[in-house]
Amino acid sequence: MALPPLVEPATELTVDEVRRYSRHLIIPDVAMDGQKRLKNARVLCVGAGGLGSPALMYLAAAGVGTLGIIDFDVVDESNLQRQIIHGQSDIGRPKAESAAASVREINPLVEVVIHNEVLTNDNVMDVFSGYDLIIDGTDNFATRYMVNDAAVLLGKPYVWGSIYRFDGQASVFWAEQGPCYRCLYPEPPPPGMVPSCAEGGVLGVLCASIGSIQVTEAIKLLTGTGEPLVGRLMVYDALEMSYRTVKVKKDPDCALCGENPTVTGLIDYDDFCGAVSEEASAAVQGSTITASELKEWLDAGKDIDLIDVREPAEYEIVRIPGSRLLPKGDIVSGAALSELPTDRQAVFYCKAGVRSAEALAAAKAAGLSNAVHVQGGVLAWINQVDPSLPTY
Amino acid sequence: MRVELNGVPTDVDTETVAGLVGGLTSAERGVAVAVNGEVVPRSQWHRALCTGDRVEVLTASQGG
Repeated sequence: MALPPLVEPATELTVDEVRRYSRHLIIPDVAMDGQKRLKNARVLCVGAGGLGSPALMYLAAAGVGTLGIIDFDVVDESNLQRQIIHGQSDIGRPKAESAAASVREINPLVEVVIHNEVLTNDNVMDVFSGYDLIIDGTDNFATRYMVNDAAVLLGKPYVWGSIYRFDGQASVFWAEQGPCYRCLYPEPPPPGMVPSCAEGGVLGVLCASIGSIQVTEAIKLLTGTGEPLVGRLMVYDALEMSYRTVKVKKDPDCALCGENPTVTGLIDYDDFCGAVSEEASAAVQGSTITASELKEWLDAGKDIDLIDVREPAEYEIVRIPGSRLLPKGDIVSGAALSELPTDRQAVFYCKAGVRSAEALAAAKAAGLSNAVHVQGGVLAWINQVDPSLPTY
Repeated sequence: MRVELNGVPTDVDTETVAGLVGGLTSAERGVAVAVNGEVVPRSQWHRALCTGDRVEVLTASQGG
């Protein structure tokens, strides 16, 4: 399904621009009109890493008028195996600045906007609103779902790509024209199930294979050329050397872009994706019990203080009997430390075990050395102990 | 029933997409399934498989 161009054409190309972009201008499908649209386009690349490197370099060379780069990280030596926008002398430099310098060297006609900051719920809508199109080159599920949700809420298309070892996937998610990321993957894998590139490795050149698909799709969308990858997932296998596409339809039950959405604004993506801090990971070692063990403790009359660290609305939906509410935010901030027990063992739980791990870390730091948390939270309790309770 | 699972002819003892995924992995999260070249949305995993179906199980990856 062909789509109209995303961007209106600029008034004219300069003589310098005509010389520089001549190989585009003589392609009938791009031509003067398409190149003028690229000149007027504003594209944001989320992440200047593996995918962001080739994406930014080719978008710059292609003559996209304004390129935004958002990345909070600094260049590390281990990045250079694949993040070709950075070089040896950039080690230790902020990636956004290093990438901007490369973009300017490739094409000084491009206006570069540097966002040397973390993309968060607080700034994502603001940052995205300044661009026509977003390229997702992030490296973690939490940011990927945030990018998707913000793009859907703003009605913007984005070109998604992900890589792992020899495998890559790419698509265009645009809720107004087709499915979103949640239609394909409603939820991320359980924490720890799917390794990151840092944990599992990635073939460096895979970034170019997938990043170049992303740029191709970006150019097609901006200029209204060809058949965009909306409603199709590209699956690349470098070992077999095969590219194939599968169709992806909009899921009428999608929590975000479906007929009865339950996600109507940005959510807590670390919680959604089960991302835990290093402190929390350390705190749960040897201080984790299962829901079944909690049931045995309660049945045996063990003297514990069962603390639900979720939000009041969640506590209203379902709770473990005998628990009291003390939201994680108040424990972590220190505001509720005085309400933690000193005479009994504290047992924390939340929905799925992430927030309770954070609360446990804070409680242990405050001296509650025998505190524990419940693995899998209230969902595990429902699953293992009382399936009659509602899940949410 | 024999289906083609990720390119390999495979005998499966289930009749639904959900059953097939459940037999492969304990985690249904982060998985997409395409049958005959089209992704089956999670809400329709109860749908029946047919002999000879080409089934592809895809895993979400986060790397970028």
